[in-house]
Amino acid sequence: MDILQNLINGISLGSVYAIIALGYTMVYGIAKMLNFAHGDVIMVGAYICFYAVSKYQLPPLVGILLAMAVCTVLGVVIERLAYKPLRQSASLAVLITAIGVSYFLQNAALLLWQSDPKNFPTFLNGIFGDKGITFLGRSITGTTVVTVLACVIIMVALTAFTGMTKMGKAMRACSEDKAAAQLMGIDVNRTISMTFAIGSALAAIAGVLLCSAYPQLTPTTGSLPGIKAFTAAVFGGIGSIPGALLGGLLLGVIEIFAMTFSTELSNAVVFAVLIIVLLVKPTGLLGKQIREKV
Amino acid sequence: MMKKLRILSLALAGALCFSVLAGCGSSNGGTANTPTGGNTETPAGGSAEPSGDASGAIKIGGIGPLTGGAATYGVATKQGAEIAVAEINALGGVQLSLDFQDDEGDFEKALNAYNKLKDDGMQILYGCTTTQPCVAVSSETYADRYFQLTPSASSTDVTEGKDNVFQMCFTDPDQGVTAANYIQENGLANKVAVIYNNGDAYSSGIAQGFIAQAKEIGLELVAEETFPDDTNTDFSVQLGNAQSAGAELVFMPIYYGPASLVLNQAKGMGYSPIFMGGDGMDGILDIDGFDTSLAEGLLLMTPFNASSTEERTANFVAKYQEAYGNLPNQFAADGYDCMYAIYEAVQKAGITADMDHETVCDKLIETFTSSDFTVDGLTGSGMSWSASGEITKDPQVFKVENGVYVAQ
Repeated sequence: MDILQNLINGISLGSVYAIIALGYTMVYGIAKMLNFAHGDVIMVGAYICFYAVSKYQLPPLVGILLAMAVCTVLGVVIERLAYKPLRQSASLAVLITAIGVSYFLQNAALLLWQSDPKNFPTFLNGIFGDKGITFLGRSITGTTVVTVLACVIIMVALTAFTGMTKMGKAMRACSEDKAAAQLMGIDVNRTISMTFAIGSALAAIAGVLLCSAYPQLTPTTGSLPGIKAFTAAVFGGIGSIPGALLGGLLLGVIEIFAMTFSTELSNAVVFAVLIIVLLVKPTGLLGKQIREKV
Repeated sequence: MMKKLRILSLALAGALCFSVLAGCGSSNGGTANTPTGGNTETPAGGSAEPSGDASGAIKIGGIGPLTGGAATYGVATKQGAEIAVAEINALGGVQLSLDFQDDEGDFEKALNAYNKLKDDGMQILYGCTTTQPCVAVSSETYADRYFQLTPSASSTDVTEGKDNVFQMCFTDPDQGVTAANYIQENGLANKVAVIYNNGDAYSSGIAQGFIAQAKEIGLELVAEETFPDDTNTDFSVQLGNAQSAGAELVFMPIYYGPASLVLNQAKGMGYSPIFMGGDGMDGILDIDGFDTSLAEGLLLMTPFNASSTEERTANFVAKYQEAYGNLPNQFAADGYDCMYAIYEAVQKAGITADMDHETVCDKLIETFTSSDFTVDGLTGSGMSWSASGEITKDPQVFKVENGVYVAQ
């Protein structure tokens, strides 16, 4: 067993989980809702980029920006139509609605783009030449390098944004107490819309990176990685931005190492580790302990 | 105020009833199907006329995934069959009608679809497209006595112990055996690896046949790698094991979607053995945006080649492209052949639209298993069936060269 090669494979898988988990955790941290449709927004973003680059021959960067724009609008529209009317309802109602939106997006994509798989253009692999980067005799693909870099940049940017800008502070205030934030003059609806806009733009980037790493695109492409990324977010501590990155990377590495022992049991091992972590530390690796006020 | 409201609601309710009745009446006139809700529509539609169809078409029910992950296969089998039905009906002799229901590749939905088709008066069942739903539905058709012909469910579980179920595709273990023999006879490799989906009956069926035969004929099996059904995107570990074991040929009896990822990742890690797949590999060149250079040298087994110049195939491909805008794959061709097999058997057995399904079933079983019944189709000529329901036709090996299939 080549430990270093497996580590590299694990990081390349984990970085994809991490980038999806960042969007999940961002929305959960602020709007306090599990947006199960996140994985499907990723799929939409990937399709937009695919059509822009493969069909209309636009430069990849334009394709990514276009995908981000479409997903941002889509995210805000979903929030307005499906989640906003339920803002005062039980969280279970919102959760079920999110699952409904997820199915809606999958089936709409099926109608629009048909079920036959599309092969995503691997423009990211070519960035460092055909062979990728060579590191201690093992090759790392361009996609992996870009994904890891993108994760770190997004993590730093999100942390800075929520920590330093006015909008970011408003988001944190909403996250702590919506009613109190409103009393302080924060437009809660606008803040949450903004959260979804950012989360969905991140989903578009995640979609492009996911499909660059595993270049097969179908209407259900986003659903399983979405669930794995959600697991990664819980693993790292849901709501915590560095936690998403850590959780994603660890999950990928554990999965790959588990596969070297048994491909059948890899998922079982991954979730067993998750259960153990949650037993020892219920808020996840980097999750904050939140004391409920009585 | 109250009174007004009540009158308004009465009027609305009346209008609703009326529109419902009108709807029934018009749908009764419009479709050829037997009315299902006879009671409600008597006052509006006056449907006293008998339910016998003017067309006298033999009712074939179809089941396959039109949505969901396996939709590619279901849609192809439906469309291929539709082309054949249109051709047959244009001949003016025996008329066929095909009612194709979606099962999303799920066996419970397939059973629901089957019950619906039964209610609608189906005489022959065409389907299911995928193995798992087909196994579930075939136990029902066996008990209910419906004749069943599947275009593509290739597991032996589909036909085992059921005299009424027939296959248009060759069986899984057969393919594995053929592949192992082909590798041996052509001296392609000494060290061989297998990567297969052990959560899928199709994939593991071929793999088991291959592994058994490889041992028998002395191929050295250096790596036996599996992946579960739901984790089919990352193959770095499996490929790494095959590579470090020195496999010169990787046999992967999996569908073309995950296979395209295997090829991509193998290239990324600089591993270039001979890759070989089964009939599920058919379609890989038509993936939108697929870099066909990745598949250069890939071997696959399929009974159908869309780029063939043979007249009947070329004709089918042209019609299919005109109607649906893309190239037909093997599943579409199997569907097309199924309709012609039914057509020829129906003619031979003298089946008519007013026969009940038990009679149809018995007559068709007798016809399909009779020694002088053979069908020439797109996926093989002189195809015949054994009493177990398995077809005799040979898988043909193709190699991808410069982005097209070349027969070997």
